[in-house]
Amino acid sequence: MSQDLVNIEINGVTLTARKGAMVIEAADAAGIRIPRFCYHKKLSIAANCRMCLVEVEKAPKALPACATPVSEGMKVFTRSPKALAAQKGTMEFLLINHPLDCPICDQGGECELQDVAMGYGNDVSRYVEAKRVVPDPDLGPFIATEMTRCIHCTRCVRFGEEIAGLREMGATGRGENVRIGTYVEKTVASELSGNVIDLCPVGALTARPSRYTARPWELIQHAGIAPHDCVGSNIYLHTRNGRVMRVVPRDNESVNETWISDRDRFSYAGLDADDRLLRPQVRDGEQWQDLDWDQALTRTAEALKRYAPDDIGVLVSPTATLEELYLAQKLARGLGVANIDHRLRQNDFEDDAAAPLFPWLGCAIEDLERQDAVLLVGSDIRREQPLLAHRLRKAVLRGGVVMAVNPRDFGFHFPLAEQVVTDPYGMLKTLGGMLRAALDVEVKPAPSALIGVLADCESQPLHAEMVERLRAREHALILLGPSAFAHPQFTILRALASALAQMTGAAFGYLPEAGNSAGAWLAGAVPHRVPAGRAVERRGLDARAMLAQPRKAYLLIGVEPVFDCADPAQAIRALAQAECVIALTPFAGETLREQAHVLLPVAAFAETSGTFVNLEGRWQGFKGAGRAPGEARPGWKVLRVLGNLLDLPGFEHVSSEQVRDELKGQLSDDIRFDNAVVPKRDLHMPPAPSGLTRVATVPMYAGDMLQRRVPAFEAAAGAVYAAAYVNASEAERQGLAGCEQVFVRQGEATAELPLVIDPSVPDACVWIPAGLEQTRTLGANGATVELQKTV
Amino acid sequence: MTGMNPQRKSDLLSDHVKHEIEDWLRRYPENQRQSALLGALRAVQHEHGYLSTELMDAVAEYIGVPEIAVYEVASFYSMFELEPVGRHTIAICTNISCMLRGSDRIVDHLERKLGIRLGESTPDGKFYLKREEECLAACCGAPMMQVDHVYHEHLTPEKVDEILDGLE
Repeated sequence: MSQDLVNIEINGVTLTARKGAMVIEAADAAGIRIPRFCYHKKLSIAANCRMCLVEVEKAPKALPACATPVSEGMKVFTRSPKALAAQKGTMEFLLINHPLDCPICDQGGECELQDVAMGYGNDVSRYVEAKRVVPDPDLGPFIATEMTRCIHCTRCVRFGEEIAGLREMGATGRGENVRIGTYVEKTVASELSGNVIDLCPVGALTARPSRYTARPWELIQHAGIAPHDCVGSNIYLHTRNGRVMRVVPRDNESVNETWISDRDRFSYAGLDADDRLLRPQVRDGEQWQDLDWDQALTRTAEALKRYAPDDIGVLVSPTATLEELYLAQKLARGLGVANIDHRLRQNDFEDDAAAPLFPWLGCAIEDLERQDAVLLVGSDIRREQPLLAHRLRKAVLRGGVVMAVNPRDFGFHFPLAEQVVTDPYGMLKTLGGMLRAALDVEVKPAPSALIGVLADCESQPLHAEMVERLRAREHALILLGPSAFAHPQFTILRALASALAQMTGAAFGYLPEAGNSAGAWLAGAVPHRVPAGRAVERRGLDARAMLAQPRKAYLLIGVEPVFDCADPAQAIRALAQAECVIALTPFAGETLREQAHVLLPVAAFAETSGTFVNLEGRWQGFKGAGRAPGEARPGWKVLRVLGNLLDLPGFEHVSSEQVRDELKGQLSDDIRFDNAVVPKRDLHMPPAPSGLTRVATVPMYAGDMLQRRVPAFEAAAGAVYAAAYVNASEAERQGLAGCEQVFVRQGEATAELPLVIDPSVPDACVWIPAGLEQTRTLGANGATVELQKTV
Repeated sequence: MTGMNPQRKSDLLSDHVKHEIEDWLRRYPENQRQSALLGALRAVQHEHGYLSTELMDAVAEYIGVPEIAVYEVASFYSMFELEPVGRHTIAICTNISCMLRGSDRIVDHLERKLGIRLGESTPDGKFYLKREEECLAACCGAPMMQVDHVYHEHLTPEKVDEILDGLE
């Protein structure tokens, strides 16, 4: 017997348990059920509900199983008369102030209080006095409150402090007057806030968007994968009559543990948007005409045949399934079209040839929490990948350090060891300075391609300190986030980061923005590589070039160009000139209708089967859960039929699994993930910017079609107000002090926006979020903008 | 949302209060700053008469704890006032010893004299009749009351009048 284990006996069953484990853990592991409310395996022990009282031999009174450590020879009885009496007594006290309004409670049918009361309580309450009534705080659009039902288990309070990293809820007052809430009226700001709905063992905190819409026993549970970030959180979709009614997390310790982000939890609400496309349509002048699928597909095939391959551009959303991405590129390449891309928000594609097989995290998600030092470059990880931020927070709590080089102080829920907030040009200078510092310590010459860049960078003491923090640690990691991908000189930034990683011994990884960015690379939805990362013979145009050099025809798959493309102004121009724009899309909003000529309705997230590959390279398949409305069909089927109509070979798949397996067969078994990038030519710093630089990050709830259609997201704390944000001294310099509205000019594009003074924006920059209705006429990240007072 | 240099929440605290908080902070280990919370709130209430949400937020920022943690402490202890109250706080002990020695009569007298009930303040903002929850630990002088920070023992209605008349 190992020294780390002890022998105990529960209800006469002999067990071994880890030394230091609590009785409830040992019982759970052995499948012995002990009732509980406040205990949760992922939270600290509070021992305040007393529901888990059990009898322990030689102990005079019943003990709480959640706070009693196991010891050698311990004998525990969970169903003895003494234990049962203690549990029954606790249950009676817990129900004294509980309203017992189960018939009108959303939790009814899946309520821990209901279940435990049935199992351990009395049939009838002896309590006849008045019950207390607690007013309900407004916690925002996600969480409905009915605090009279609260039993003060404090799971939600501990979740805020220990998991979300934002202590927003608490227990105020005392005794009879204790109430759980925020004390002041506020919308909870954590991007993981919805998890308290699952944690709440009673009906005090329930999901507001799905409240009163379905009873748990009417719902069918389907396993699924969340589409909104590259984590690929495991979820359950709950449907009734083919309609997705809600989403809850599915445990997967190596991906999302037991949590999901609010974005993944509530985005299903966008499936019912008013602009859902229900049947194929073609534009007839200003009118839209309904077609049946046969006619629509024939028309589409004819249109595609009408243009020379080089006149066609194919843009695919990185949130499309692996199967859709694969068939899209197969269709394009079958027609001889080389112009295909999914990297809609990227601005600089110069080092494409040097790119890795797919943007890989550089380690497993679980390993993030074991990092000693992490450098984030262009990453708002808390909002972009909330669950990876949670892992990094754990690393920091363990003593790790996190540093950031960002175009804005995004705000983190863990302390940063160092942070450089600077304009995109300054980000290059910072990484250059750090690389010089690293080369100095290592006494190494600069990589030849970077000599030109490093000549323009100087190493400052801060850079040397940051390098030292990376060098000194066993597990160090440099991560490039979405603001790095969208950087106007991504090539230089990446080369510097890669060289820095090499010099400091740190691992090098990526935080791509979309749910299936990794899958899109593997499927060959890039202009320079076919599936499995093999080089193409003839390179096509990338996402930006396809719009900069307008094509005659475009095929858009799950894309709303004005919201999804790096340079919306350019996208508007290019699409306005196009003769034929075909869109495979679940939604057809106003802007897409202005630009498209043929609209083909395809199934959205949750309605189609497919695969997402997350940033670890984990392939996660799912089945369709909900029914696509109207005549919408799964995207892969539409592409397959199009392939048939165009007489292309190899479009005989009868299931999405076949499509996946066809791609899988092309990948070699011994893929080595390696992110190191060696530039193919000598690089030089761009000219230093003059004037104001646009910083255009995509806010948390604006990343893809579905998110942009969720009513609850508009009122969420994480929603971003469309405005031009500058810091106070920059406003002064620009002569905009006291100005409330500004005229924004970016190249030929213009917009009028409110001006907001925001200390998180660096000097010489204006932060104008992308992906929003009010900013969709403007240009790309990193370009020069002018702000003028409106008259 | 517009405006220059956003102020720090802790700017609301006077130098004197900050000095007192520092004094409390010095008594505890550096990683236990929340221990100074009770002392800090007492100092703030002494100066402002009650703890507004803004003042509690200021303390939270100054000490470096979440705002809700301050609300929890301030709402737990009956010695903290979360709403504005009269200038002079009168707390009559009504626990067992004082009760046996006639504290009810004192409460009655004060309520009638000031025209307010326990837990209320006089409209002129001069007196606050605090509902005292706990024994004030002066049983040998029962019945007793605490006016601001001073204990008054062996009370009679006449003596109460005299004490109140002596206040500004």
